[in-house]
Amino acid sequence: MRRYFGRKLSIYLLTFFVAATIDWLIPRFMPGNPVQTLLSRSALPPEAVPAMTAYYNNLFGLDQPFIQQYVNFWAALLHGDLGRSVYLSGAPVAKVIMDAVPYTLALLVPAILLSWWAGNKFGALAARRALLDNAVLPIGYILTATPYMWLAIVVAWVFGIVLGIFPISGGYSYALEPSLTWTFIGSLLAHWVMPFASLFLVMFGGWAIGMRNMIIYELDADYSRYLKALGAPSGLIRRYAFRNAMLPQITGLALQLGVIVAGALVTEIVFSYPGIGKLLLAAVQNEDYFLLQGIFLFVIGGVLVANFLVDIAYVLVDPRTRLGMRGESA
Amino acid sequence: MTLQVTDLRVYYRTLAGDVRALDGVTFDLADGEIMGLAGESGCGKSTLGNSLVRIDGRMKYVAGTVRLDGLELPIADMDRMDEFRFKDISIIPQYAMSALNPTRKIGRMVADLLESRGVRFGEMRTELERRLLLVGLTEAVLDRYPIELSGGMKQRMVMVLSTLLNPSLLIADEITSALDVTSQRAVAETLVEFRARGFVKGMIVITHDVSILYQVADTLTIMYAGKLAEKAPTSVIMQKALHPYTDLLISSLPEVGVRFDERRLSGIPGTPPSLLNPPPGCRFRDRCPLAFEKCAEEPPFVEVAPDHSVACWKVA
Repeated sequence: MRRYFGRKLSIYLLTFFVAATIDWLIPRFMPGNPVQTLLSRSALPPEAVPAMTAYYNNLFGLDQPFIQQYVNFWAALLHGDLGRSVYLSGAPVAKVIMDAVPYTLALLVPAILLSWWAGNKFGALAARRALLDNAVLPIGYILTATPYMWLAIVVAWVFGIVLGIFPISGGYSYALEPSLTWTFIGSLLAHWVMPFASLFLVMFGGWAIGMRNMIIYELDADYSRYLKALGAPSGLIRRYAFRNAMLPQITGLALQLGVIVAGALVTEIVFSYPGIGKLLLAAVQNEDYFLLQGIFLFVIGGVLVANFLVDIAYVLVDPRTRLGMRGESA
Repeated sequence: MTLQVTDLRVYYRTLAGDVRALDGVTFDLADGEIMGLAGESGCGKSTLGNSLVRIDGRMKYVAGTVRLDGLELPIADMDRMDEFRFKDISIIPQYAMSALNPTRKIGRMVADLLESRGVRFGEMRTELERRLLLVGLTEAVLDRYPIELSGGMKQRMVMVLSTLLNPSLLIADEITSALDVTSQRAVAETLVEFRARGFVKGMIVITHDVSILYQVADTLTIMYAGKLAEKAPTSVIMQKALHPYTDLLISSLPEVGVRFDERRLSGIPGTPPSLLNPPPGCRFRDRCPLAFEKCAEEPPFVEVAPDHSVACWKVA
């Protein structure tokens, strides 16, 4: 057990190192210069530009040699310092990200987990009810195949504009200041419903289809056929099939959980939801090295942590992984 | 009489039409008889075995009756048949190596299965352990997952499980195919042992390996293209088979003491007919060295000597 997790952990650390290095390289290979962008917005007299450029280059450490910048990056990272955002006029990147994280998490964690749970249940049910399979599942296919932004826009239009039930943009009403009052919480909830529902719908269809196909496959597996030949009731056979069909779904969930931290980019843009996804887009548009780097680091960490959690979950549900831990060949 | 099968017809549904994999099969299995069922691939051996236990969605029951211990089995009725499965008629499937649920401990799976059939696992446990010892397994296997067992161990585990409720009839479908020769022998001996101890009354052992049947079977039944060709006591089949197909099948077996670098081992030229639209008359006609005009009519399966039935015009 300890050897298994020790090995996994060292692989994750190595992955983190490589990913973080690539993450550091990417913005620096992007065309354009962030300091120039920053200065062009501030309408300085032309003679002040060289001085300000030098000042900002020094402030962000961009005047140092490449290798030195890389060493500085790791040194700062190990101190928990992700640098300062160029686009948000020097706000610490860590704080900017932390402000956006709660919105993204509140949106995606329930959407992913609930759609996963409900989709699996529904898919398993559809696998044995012809009516559900023939009538409801095609709707799942359509939902999953629909370009998400289009679906999101339709949802926003119908419920936000035509029916006017939910507000269509923002994380909370622009008229309110964040505070711990019922009005504010109500506003948060109302703004949350549509992005959540549109995400839930799309992911639900995907999970349901996957689960249905897996169950049909498992019900035809040898162990199911053997149980049928011995007259076992279908309840028992389905229970076994469900458990085994869950294994690939758990892997799928791991991948989805990794995506959480990147935010649902399109959702957050359509609904102007102040999460990580929207921040990421702003960072790219403004060539904000440090913010971009910080967000990617956050995503890398999230994917690795989610994978690690799923490794643990797999050990609990699939005995074959447990066997692998002892170093025996399967 | 343990088992009486009369004119059993089971077809496979395909898009091209019905494949007549089992086309009018009639035979009896006496109390305590181990019947070997042999024939080349696709002749309907496994279809016969499966039809007696479970006709699945791809198969279609067409006609015929099956009586077990004097009681007619509702083989076409999936739900009513459940009552007889495992308790009265059981199967060791072709895929014994993968027949156990990979994510349940074996003991847990056995318990789930028994309890679902209304048998208390606690009461069966001593008997189960006794039988595991008989096939060389310890009760420790019950606490393991299938992946922790070797192929041979899984095979024996399935043999014990399938016979645990002392069924009248056991179908053993290609159970030696995936094993090495030593294990094949052990499995064959276990089958005989199971009968001697009264775990099962009658047994149908399906295989394309006639040499295994020679060790275990009291009688041999040879199938060809969905029909029975010949049924007789093993020694009779081995020494004086009457059906030309049986004859050719037996003579294509290697003999001990003969060096085959001098003499070529003979096979049977040609292939069996398609069962999608089988030709009328004797289905072996095209490959038969003895075929004559009468073979255009279908030969009946008749008893030509005590316990010896053949479907061939040259013999009857």
